[in-house]
Amino acid sequence: MKRRSVLDLFFGGSLLATIAAFLYPVVRFVLPPKSHSVAQDSVVAAKAGELPPNSAKVFRFGTTPAVLVNTPDGALVALSAVCTHLTCTVRFDSETGTLFCPCHNGRFDLGGNVLSGPPPRPLETYAVAVSGADVIVSRRR
Amino acid sequence: MAKSIGRTVWEFLDERFLISTLLGFAGKKTVPEHRRSFWYFFGGICLFLTGIQVATGGLLLLYYTPQVGAAHESIQLIMGGVKFGWLIRSVHSWTANILIGMLFVHMFSTFFLKAYRKPRELTWVSGFLLLVLFMAFGFSGYLLPWNELSYFATRVGTDIAGSLPLVGKGLKTFILGGPEISQATLSRFFWLHVAFLPIVALALVAVHVLLVQILGMSKPIGEKGTREIPFFPDFLYKDALGWTLILVLVGVLCVFLPWEVGAKADPFVPTPLGIKPEWYFTFMFSTLKIVPAHILSLEGEKLAILGFLAGGLLWMLVPFLDRRAGRGERSPLFSWIGLALATYIVVMTVLTYTVPKL
Amino acid sequence: MTIRPIRFLAAAALFAPLLAFGQKNGCIDCHSQLDGELKAPVASFATDVHREYNLSCPDCHGGNPNTDDVALAKDKSFRGAPAKGQVPRFCGGCHADAAAMRAFNPALRTDQLSQYETSRHGQLLKTGDTKVAVCTDCHGVHGILSARLPKSTTFPWNIPQTCGRCHADKGLMERYKIPADQRDEYMASVHAKALFEKKDLSAPVCNDCHGNHGAFPPSVSSVASVCRQCHPSAGELFSKGPHKKAFDEIGAGECEACHGNHKIGPPSSAMIGTGSGAVCVECHDQGSRGFDVAAELRRTLDGFTAHYGEVAGLLSLAKRKGVEVSDAEFRLQDVHTVIVSAENLTHGLDTAEIDKTVADGEKELLGVRASAVSAVKEASFRRRGLVVATVLLALFAVALALKVKRMGRARRGEGSPGDPGPKAP
Repeated sequence: MKRRSVLDLFFGGSLLATIAAFLYPVVRFVLPPKSHSVAQDSVVAAKAGELPPNSAKVFRFGTTPAVLVNTPDGALVALSAVCTHLTCTVRFDSETGTLFCPCHNGRFDLGGNVLSGPPPRPLETYAVAVSGADVIVSRRR
Repeated sequence: MAKSIGRTVWEFLDERFLISTLLGFAGKKTVPEHRRSFWYFFGGICLFLTGIQVATGGLLLLYYTPQVGAAHESIQLIMGGVKFGWLIRSVHSWTANILIGMLFVHMFSTFFLKAYRKPRELTWVSGFLLLVLFMAFGFSGYLLPWNELSYFATRVGTDIAGSLPLVGKGLKTFILGGPEISQATLSRFFWLHVAFLPIVALALVAVHVLLVQILGMSKPIGEKGTREIPFFPDFLYKDALGWTLILVLVGVLCVFLPWEVGAKADPFVPTPLGIKPEWYFTFMFSTLKIVPAHILSLEGEKLAILGFLAGGLLWMLVPFLDRRAGRGERSPLFSWIGLALATYIVVMTVLTYTVPKL
Repeated sequence: MTIRPIRFLAAAALFAPLLAFGQKNGCIDCHSQLDGELKAPVASFATDVHREYNLSCPDCHGGNPNTDDVALAKDKSFRGAPAKGQVPRFCGGCHADAAAMRAFNPALRTDQLSQYETSRHGQLLKTGDTKVAVCTDCHGVHGILSARLPKSTTFPWNIPQTCGRCHADKGLMERYKIPADQRDEYMASVHAKALFEKKDLSAPVCNDCHGNHGAFPPSVSSVASVCRQCHPSAGELFSKGPHKKAFDEIGAGECEACHGNHKIGPPSSAMIGTGSGAVCVECHDQGSRGFDVAAELRRTLDGFTAHYGEVAGLLSLAKRKGVEVSDAEFRLQDVHTVIVSAENLTHGLDTAEIDKTVADGEKELLGVRASAVSAVKEASFRRRGLVVATVLLALFAVALALKVKRMGRARRGEGSPGDPGPKAP
């Protein structure tokens, strides 16, 4: 009689422990993680008014760098900052109002078109919208 | 004190749900024990693994987004940002593959034991339909991570469906939700994977399990022993032992071989060389590759696809074709047919991975 | 339909191809029936760019195309094939005439002849040397293709071959005391790799540095301007640094002195420093200030690169163990950009600026390192968790097995098989 109940205790105990070992990861899973924006097709690039005219800011869009430019006329444009030649990061040249790639002298206009240098394709442009205090950049549909 | 509260609750529920009657009935359920009764475990294993899929799938629904712009990223989040997300997702992906493997084992073991013979014909038919359903689960689920492999494997698979004579084009458009893989396809496959297929599968599993309960376990032809063990708890404990071992296997696989996130699908990238569907489709895929382009002036591929459909239909109707087994007699012809099919499936699957330019 | 109209239609169909010429072209009719050298022009002209503008044999060679008789064909306007020395003027007859070219392709340049006359080829040709290259040596004779087409002899990746026909011929180049290894050296360069392997058509070939029609070896002082077309940042840094004045004084070519001219290899920090393979010690002896700066630069770069390598190793270890590290990998790429930037800054020899760039990079690298370390920790957490779960499952399995064995014994002890026995606990 005693042996039976020791086995039963062992059985019940190991069953409970196993169930607990399974419940622990499930509970941690359902608790929400720290904020991670999932939809990478749209990003808050800057605060409204953060950029003075004729200046730019590089920000992360999904897994690649992008650039938000406040043009000399005060309009906001956003483009991919990955140079289409050898993927260096382009930067805004305020003197000429163009995007310049320091690696091999590639140059793009603010519409992404190649002006000079080795890049074979234009830069992808993104849609910019100002919503309240946020400047939101998203992929064009 | 606790005991008397417990007893009151039990009596309250028992009066209304007739639980003790049900338990009495369940207590009488027995399972034959003989040389071949080891194979009885595989049905329960399939059911257990299905339960794991439902549980992990339901958990993944918390974080997965079925949108072209966010699907891949949500998988990335699950794998990297959610606590134990890597585990839930890897369990789901590994168990899917193990489940389909076990379904094949279950199907062939019942086939060789002729468990499909009268009166269990419908158990076999519902089981075959479940196999087809679960392969559809696998196909639809494979697209959801929206990575390169998903995209091209789906493309290859739907192209094959589209090559069927007469119905092909319409079928492909219906499956894809349009002329090519797009957001419509992802939404459609998601609907299939989490709504339509689960409901149909639930109904079929209910029919299948109900038939097993009503008709009991089939004994091999010529088995004269009458030894039986009770289902509750003896057989169930043995079942649970098998399930525990499988869980250990799944755990090891998930920690040492977690499922990869892959590169995000890009329709403009050329199809990767050597693209294959998931392993459980490869025997059909490789058959299509080695079939000659034309057989007696008919297109080889189309003929092969029709052959698979016809073969599947015949396989499903085996209980009605195997007269000898229906009479309780040994039926070696069908055993040889089953062996040939099983060998063919294994050989073609292995060839897909060992012969580089099949 | 009677037989006559059919015969007429058949004859018309047979001669229909002639309609392609719009009118009779006796030149092609005759020459296509000859052999070898006299037949070749007909076949190659089929793809010639001039044919697209409806130009044909008489437009360059003169003569009368409307006859089958050779004597009549070679009338007063017949110019025949020009002698090699006459070729530039021959082609220039149209191509240097802006008004004439406007009728065909207004955007095409018309300065090729004048450029050619300034080139080494042109200058030597004027002295009567007909072994030099003329228009047809590079562009072909009758099957001339636009340089925009990949099969053209003047398409970027065909140019080394075109120039090399002469310039890689040792016997030919000996006369002019020019080496003949430039093409082979170029083909081993990083520019050739970009052009031929990566299909980067912006990579320079012979004409990008030497000029097209005005081809001349660039003087030592102008090589750098040529390189600066694509490498402006390195050039700017160099100009601001101490080497510019020094190189100008000793007459050393700026970029060429360290990087070579044809066999330009991929640059690396191995070029900097005091060890073997470093270019600095070619001028700076031990004990000199330059030697010390070279050693210091190398130390700075090596230290940063080593630290980067260590973190990259940690990340790939975590990745191999199954942990998701794409976020950290992305940030590590930014650090790699800093390494490239620091290496570029060495052209300016401003140790302060280089140190600052490296310091910024190190800060970023520390952040990535933290992610990498936590990823490796996560990998071992998973393994420990697996051990715990497996032990618990194993214990449970043992409990189950014992239970089953106990029940089996109890059942066998209690009466006939099939008797369910006492209710399970």
